Parts: sequence; structure tokens; C-alpha cells
Amino acid sequence: MMFRLSILTPERVVYDAEVHALVAPGAEGYLGILSQHAPIITLLGPGKIEFHDVDKKLQVMAVSKGFLEVSSNVATLLADAVERPDDIDIERARAAYKRALGWLAATRKGKTGVDLLRAQAARARAANRITIYEETH
Amino acid sequence: MPTPREVKKRIRTVRSTARITKAMEMIAAAKLRRAQQRVEQAKPYALKMDEMLGHLAAASTSEIVHPYFEERETKKKTLVVIASDRGLCGSFNTNVYRRADHWLQENEGTDIEIVAIGKRVRDHYRHRTRPILEYYGDWGGMIDYDHARQIVALLTGRFVTGETDEINLVFTRFLSTVRYRVVLERYLPVARPETSEAKGAASEYIFEPSSEEIYAALMPAYATTKMFTALAESFASEHGSRMMAMTNATRNAGEMADALTLEFNKARQTQITKELLEVVSGAEALKG
Repeated sequence: MMFRLSILTPERVVYDAEVHALVAPGAEGYLGILSQHAPIITLLGPGKIEFHDVDKKLQVMAVSKGFLEVSSNVATLLADAVERPDDIDIERARAAYKRALGWLAATRKGKTGVDLLRAQAARARAANRITIYEETH
Repeated sequence: MPTPREVKKRIRTVRSTARITKAMEMIAAAKLRRAQQRVEQAKPYALKMDEMLGHLAAASTSEIVHPYFEERETKKKTLVVIASDRGLCGSFNTNVYRRADHWLQENEGTDIEIVAIGKRVRDHYRHRTRPILEYYGDWGGMIDYDHARQIVALLTGRFVTGETDEINLVFTRFLSTVRYRVVLERYLPVARPETSEAKGAASEYIFEPSSEEIYAALMPAYATTKMFTALAESFASEHGSRMMAMTNATRNAGEMADALTLEFNKARQTQITKELLEVVSGAEALKG
């Protein structure tokens, strides 16, 4: 049993084909979607998307943040950025991670002008990219 | 009758102009291709976002609460005018101003602020008595996403804090390589999508974590997407318009060069006839 999965970002269509099963980082933890799933709309956090494509090959992608909607056997994933592990710019991710840590340290010292939530989000995004890159390389 | 030399000089000028316009046409075509691709690639995301907002509203039975939906008495309005940085793109900019100026006239008497996107837009309003709140531009013919995010932050910020009560965008929808349409759309407040009164099939949606939290995350993304789409379509229309203008200019230059070549041949012919006549009459005079 398969269902349609479209992964869209503001810049491009990342994926649009039938898949067997999808695992995505939902707002309340990872959730698995199979064919004929009940209609759902959920927020996606930074994390890893996994699904089995038509050839039952496992595909892995890194997602930053976005939304997932499943209805009438179509799963649509809207995300700010989605990357395959090979497309991750690891140097950039590491630099972003360091920068985010710097911001966090600055907020702890009580420095104003640094947005704590944004710094935490940046750290989470960078950490996610690094984890997924390292898992697959 | 101009001398052949003068005509030849003019032909050279026209030909070199044609070379420049031809080059500009090709550059515009290349930029158009990229811009068009961007518009097409971004479309599915924007459409889906609209759809998701609709589903979310249809599935919630209670009134949705989010600052972006808040309709207030409009004491202050903001007009965002999106056009180009550079000229030589036919009537592209003029068409945008015409729509914007028309709106300004309609809203005479209301307190209005303008956000100019594109150098040309800034220059257009600088010489008029309209206060420009903020100017963005000089992006080199494509979207600068960081600046685009700043625009969204500025606009949504002003709306939420009540510094403005209504925000409208004037820009061009990209229809095809040779066609665009100037549109004026309301940016904020967002029109409240229909909510279903009865608990129908649509309300069986599961929301994680809750519809309120999804709204809180979805609306800023929605506002950003709308702005990106408007900018992307504006750039594609601009390049399309410029390509058309330059194609016409190149063709006109070619026609002019042809007409001048004809004139040159005529002038040359006249000169030869004149010289022949002089030689012949000189010889005749010697004979006599």
C-alpha cells in the first residue's frame, strides 16, 4: 500500500511521488504515516524524514521546520529547507552551530540584543544537519 | 541631400546601438529563464499553503484568533509598491505606478505611507509629496531572501503593533514571457478563511499540537510566502518586459539601418552622377 508524498519548500519541489511509509519529526515526537492515515495537520520540528520509495529503498532527508498535512491518502510536507544528506553543507552547518553556541553564551551573560529563541532554533537546525550528515557518512 | 559620409556615420551609430540592445535582450532572456523557473518552482508551495490554511479553518468550528486576521477601522494605510531597479524595460514601471497612483487618489484623505521596493519606485515617489517609509532595492535582478524577510518583518510588525491598519501590495503577476498583469492585493489583514459551522467530515482532522499553535506558526510563514511570490513574479515580469522592449529596439534599429543603407546608396549614386557630369561638361568645354 502506497500513498503520495510531496515535499515542498519555498524554493523548489524536493520530492513528489508514491511512497510506502513515512516517518517525520512531528510536534509531539516522531510520527509514522502509512497508507490511509487519518487526516492530520502537524508542525514539524528540525529532524529527520525517512520514507521508503517505490523501489522500497530507504530515503533520508534533513528537515528544518515546517508543516505536514495528510488527507485523502496524500501527505504534503511544507518546510523551510529540506536536504538530502549528500546536499548538506557540513562546513556551513558546523559554523552555524558554533555561531549559535556563541549567541547562547551571550544571552546567558545577560547580553541584550540577542534573541534567545532564535539562537536556540539556529542551534537545533545546525545540530540536526550535523547529526544526519554524520549518521550517513 | 546628406553626403554619403554622413549617412555612413549614422549607419554605424545605429548598428552599434542594435548590438547593445541585442546584448541586453540576451541578458534579459537569461535572467527571465531563471526568474521564471523560480516562480514555477515556488508555486506548489504557495498553493499548498493556501490550501492548508483553508483546511485548518474548515476544520475549526470556533472563530480563529490570530493578529493577522484583525480587521480594524483603517486610520492609516500602507502601500507597498514593487517594481524594478532599472529602466529600459518598456512600460513595466509606468504600469505599476499608474495602478499605485490611482489607488493613492482613491484614498486621498487617509494617512498613507509608502514602502518602495525597487530603485525606480523610490525615485518616482521621492519627487512627489508622498512619504516613503522604507526603501529596498538594488538586488541585481533577483530576490534577496534576507531583505525580503526584513520587509515581511517590518510590515507584519507595523500591523501587529497598530502602526498601520491595512497593508496593500501593488505588483505584477507573471502570466507568460510576454504577458504580465498589474494587481493590487491586500496583504494584511488576511481575509478570514471560512470556518465550518457544523461538524462535517473536514473537522475530523487531528491537530498536533493544537490548531492555535499551528496558526501561530502558519501565519508568519503564509505572510512570508506571499511576499516571496509577489517579488518573484515581479522580477520575472520585469525581465520579460525588458526582453520584449529590447527585441523591439533591436528590430527597429535593423529597419533603420536598412533605410539608411538605401539612403546611402542613393547619395553615392547622386555623387557619382554629379562627378560624371562635371567630367563630361569639362571635356566638352575643352573641345569647344
